[in-house]
Amino acid sequence: MRDQSILRIVAKLLIPYILLFALYVQFHGDYGPGGGFQAGVIFAAGVILYGLIFGLNAARGVAPPLLMETLAALGVLIYAGTGVAAMLNGGTFLDYNALGGHGEHHSESADHGGEHQEHPLPKEEVGDQHHGILPRGQHLGILVVELGVGLTVAAVMITIFFAFAGRERVQ
Amino acid sequence: MTAVAVTHLIVILLLILLLGTAITIVRMRDLWAAAMLTGIYSFLGASWMLLLDAPDVAFTEAAVGAGIATFLMLGTLALTSRTAKPPSGRSLVPLVVVIVTGAVLIYGTFDMPYYGDPEAPVHQRLAPEFLADTVPHVDGSKSKVDVPNIITAVLASYRGYDTLGETVVIFTAGIGVLLLMRRRRDRDEEDDA
Repeated sequence: MRDQSILRIVAKLLIPYILLFALYVQFHGDYGPGGGFQAGVIFAAGVILYGLIFGLNAARGVAPPLLMETLAALGVLIYAGTGVAAMLNGGTFLDYNALGGHGEHHSESADHGGEHQEHPLPKEEVGDQHHGILPRGQHLGILVVELGVGLTVAAVMITIFFAFAGRERVQ
Repeated sequence: MTAVAVTHLIVILLLILLLGTAITIVRMRDLWAAAMLTGIYSFLGASWMLLLDAPDVAFTEAAVGAGIATFLMLGTLALTSRTAKPPSGRSLVPLVVVIVTGAVLIYGTFDMPYYGDPEAPVHQRLAPEFLADTVPHVDGSKSKVDVPNIITAVLASYRGYDTLGETVVIFTAGIGVLLLMRRRRDRDEEDDA
């Protein structure tokens, strides 16, 4: 498709907005429709369109296969890691209330756990104690796990694209 | 005409188009055109879901059904043949199975509550709780989860285990495709050697 100048120019115009829209769907999923899965698929569709128009090697340059495989695993790790972080903060697995809005500090589990035991508040009120700019526990947890979903979905879809597009025709 | 009547008209038109596309796909021998038509089918389906106030599902249908799935079908076609083999004889059994299954499914819908029925079981329990937890309160106080898109809140928080499982399934599928395709490539290289 190297000579299809209309396709190339239209794709060049569209791809940035497809990728931007994917990011919007990803990080606005808590307010508008969409979320990690949809965002990941839209992002992957942008990269696949790039690959279809400009060739597989160009797409491999933009999204190196090894990086995609790593990101696919990283997404699952982020999701499960959020659950473990909640456990370290004294909650149950994937109980985002335990993250309490102290997003950057939830690895300081020792001090935190003690604090929660001294003030046996109902779990949903723990988040209300926080007045910073970071989102509260539930909101933060949802944003982080959606990011994990988005990474995994986008990376897996791109990986499958490479796997299919890289095959030779069976004789 | 009222807005509701217009919406009904659009829905009926969409469903007729869906039916027409489906019948065309079944009757078609050119697989390349059939793959493109499945993409159109997905877009029509996505439009219909949007009218049913399900933009999240419509997004997924448009991106996965029309985008990725169509590409995967075309990618597969590039590796095999572009035309379907003519059917070997007409067999009545599949037709009967399809008609009976369809009839049973339609019979099953008779017991379902009507679309948007406020008395439906789904609106009696859980849904009010989800709404109270996610949508901003009228008095300005913060709700429990504070994520206005209920679907995101339900998927990522209330059903966090489910979604973790789904993410792992997608990851596993990717690993599976990778392993299958890679093994074949290595074997080809051995054959060449």
